[in-house]
Amino acid sequence: MIKKIIMAAGLLFGATTGWAAGGDVHLEHMSPDMKDTVSLQNGLRTYMDYCAGCHSLGYARYNRVARDLDIPEDIFMENIVFAEDAKFGDLMKFAMSAENGKAWFGSAPPDLTMVTRVRGVDWVYSYLLGFYKDETRPYGVNNAVFKDVGMPHVLMDLQGLCSSAPHPAEDAKIDPLTGESIHSDACAGYSVEGELTSHEYEEVVYNLVNFLNYMGEPYQMDRKRIGLYVFAFLAVFFFVSLLLQKELFKDIKH
Amino acid sequence: MAKPAIMEWIDRRLPVTSAYEKHMSKYYAPINFNWWYVFGLLAMVVFANQILTGIWLTMSYVPSAEEAFNSVEYIMRDVEMGWLIRYMHSTGASFFFLTVYLHMFRGVLYGSYQKPRELIWVFGMFVYLVMMAEGFMGYVLPWGQTSYWGAQVIISLFGAIPVIGDGLTEWIRGDYLISGITLNRFFALHVIALPLVLALLVVLHVLALHEVGSNNPDGIDIKKHVDDKGVPLDGVPFHPYFTVGKMPQVALFLFVFCAVIFYMPEGGGYFLEHPNFEPANGLKTPEHIAPTWYYGAFYSILRAVDFPILFIEAKLGGFMAMGGAIAILFVLPWLDRSPVRSWRYKGWMSRTAIIVFAIAFAILTYLGGQPVSTLNGIIAKICTVIYFAFFLAMPWYTKYEKTKPVPERVPR
Repeated sequence: MIKKIIMAAGLLFGATTGWAAGGDVHLEHMSPDMKDTVSLQNGLRTYMDYCAGCHSLGYARYNRVARDLDIPEDIFMENIVFAEDAKFGDLMKFAMSAENGKAWFGSAPPDLTMVTRVRGVDWVYSYLLGFYKDETRPYGVNNAVFKDVGMPHVLMDLQGLCSSAPHPAEDAKIDPLTGESIHSDACAGYSVEGELTSHEYEEVVYNLVNFLNYMGEPYQMDRKRIGLYVFAFLAVFFFVSLLLQKELFKDIKH
Repeated sequence: MAKPAIMEWIDRRLPVTSAYEKHMSKYYAPINFNWWYVFGLLAMVVFANQILTGIWLTMSYVPSAEEAFNSVEYIMRDVEMGWLIRYMHSTGASFFFLTVYLHMFRGVLYGSYQKPRELIWVFGMFVYLVMMAEGFMGYVLPWGQTSYWGAQVIISLFGAIPVIGDGLTEWIRGDYLISGITLNRFFALHVIALPLVLALLVVLHVLALHEVGSNNPDGIDIKKHVDDKGVPLDGVPFHPYFTVGKMPQVALFLFVFCAVIFYMPEGGGYFLEHPNFEPANGLKTPEHIAPTWYYGAFYSILRAVDFPILFIEAKLGGFMAMGGAIAILFVLPWLDRSPVRSWRYKGWMSRTAIIVFAIAFAILTYLGGQPVSTLNGIIAKICTVIYFAFFLAMPWYTKYEKTKPVPERVPR
């Protein structure tokens, strides 16, 4: 009982330090592009190759993704869907029991359908760029954005393994001629070399996060498009109602 | 113009025509209404939006701890235009409070609660109180992390009440913890019990208003000067002047409303909170639990009392302060002793008090969503004192200040 009161009091009066895990961590900015279908397709491929082993997209359906990302059904079923009994209209639930997840990684890998809505795209992007070597951890890696995360660095083949916590380029230099930022690798040195250059790896991560952003709100393009029609209607409605109002009030102006 | 036979027939059996005349075509509203007077109408528009979208949401929502979260995402993804219905409802909740807050503040500015309109204010306050319960229970339904932990915090507040507290929280939850049974009863209350009460209270609010007539920015009684037919000289029929005639304002409001729905439905995390996109998990406390913005002010007042007062422990003290902050609004009509209604004719003390109060309320609302810090705590305490001082000192500053003379007729 006492414990319950203390807990409730803590929630009431002590709670809170900014909701994002590690509120002080510097996050890299990334701006999603829902119109870049190729990027979304690449993100989907990376997801299915590297993430889908553990993380479901359990609120989304295959057929919706195929339609939105312009992938024909036969190609999609052959190349993207790896579960043999999966149907085109199924939810994208990938088998890993919560018990296994807990046993292998300390906690069950979360469903990632809405991860960008929970954490924000910048967080997910920075997180995927934030793995580094740490022998004290069970899988030998730690993360600069999510300290002591249970997840291993599954993209290590591609990125390699940074030997110390990467420092995002806060002081990125700007090329005086083109106005673009001069790319500098946030990782000072690699203890394992990856297949990709740091620039290529960032692109892979960008596409992946872009895809996850689509996942969080697949209808966001519809939303913005329909919004324009609604505004157009309201503009006409406003104009007509204004004329009506003028007509009504013309006799009783005071 | 002669009435059609069918209307004659109906009118002898049901007072359709006379009710229409009493409340619409022959209800006279003052001509000096300004833009502050549109928020009552807008609140009605949002209320209608909530009812309609709510009905459609109910068609696909599943009120169970296992399925609630899934069914909301099902609505968002698989139901045709489901995302629009849900965003209209979630955005509507915030705009309902926004319009009602502005509507209430209009009442404070122009003394619309003063004699003989005390009951209008009291019914309005009950509307607001029921809205708070309605909004809170509605927020639990998506069964995300904020839903669950928000409910946990709010319900545990009742545990601060001595003796019956623990039993009371258990009774509200229907369980030892927030669980499916809590969700189901909140669903029942949210979709049927409270909306019914709300609709009834709105009717009473409007009936009481139509009995005494609308106030206006000058606080002048327009019924004192009528023509030979008894029509107020400074009044115009409510319909069509303040129905059809207010459509441009409604359109402007819908512009803002739709801008949120279509372009920022999360409202920066204030209308739909980020952790609520994660299913409820009783074992994982989110790092930051804050109530939705519209409860912010009262939550701040609750947190501002973080010290024991005599023998009252902090938790109970905070709860009492929060309850008191809401309760004191009910008696506002009897706190204002001013001979004039509108702040236009009140003295400098009232005018200053209203402005300072509004600022303090806005700050408290903002702080309600912020983490606790020393500075925030101090500011919240100061604003809490201002909040209560505004009401408690009102009988004096309104009575003894020098007021300006109110004109007999609406100034033209």
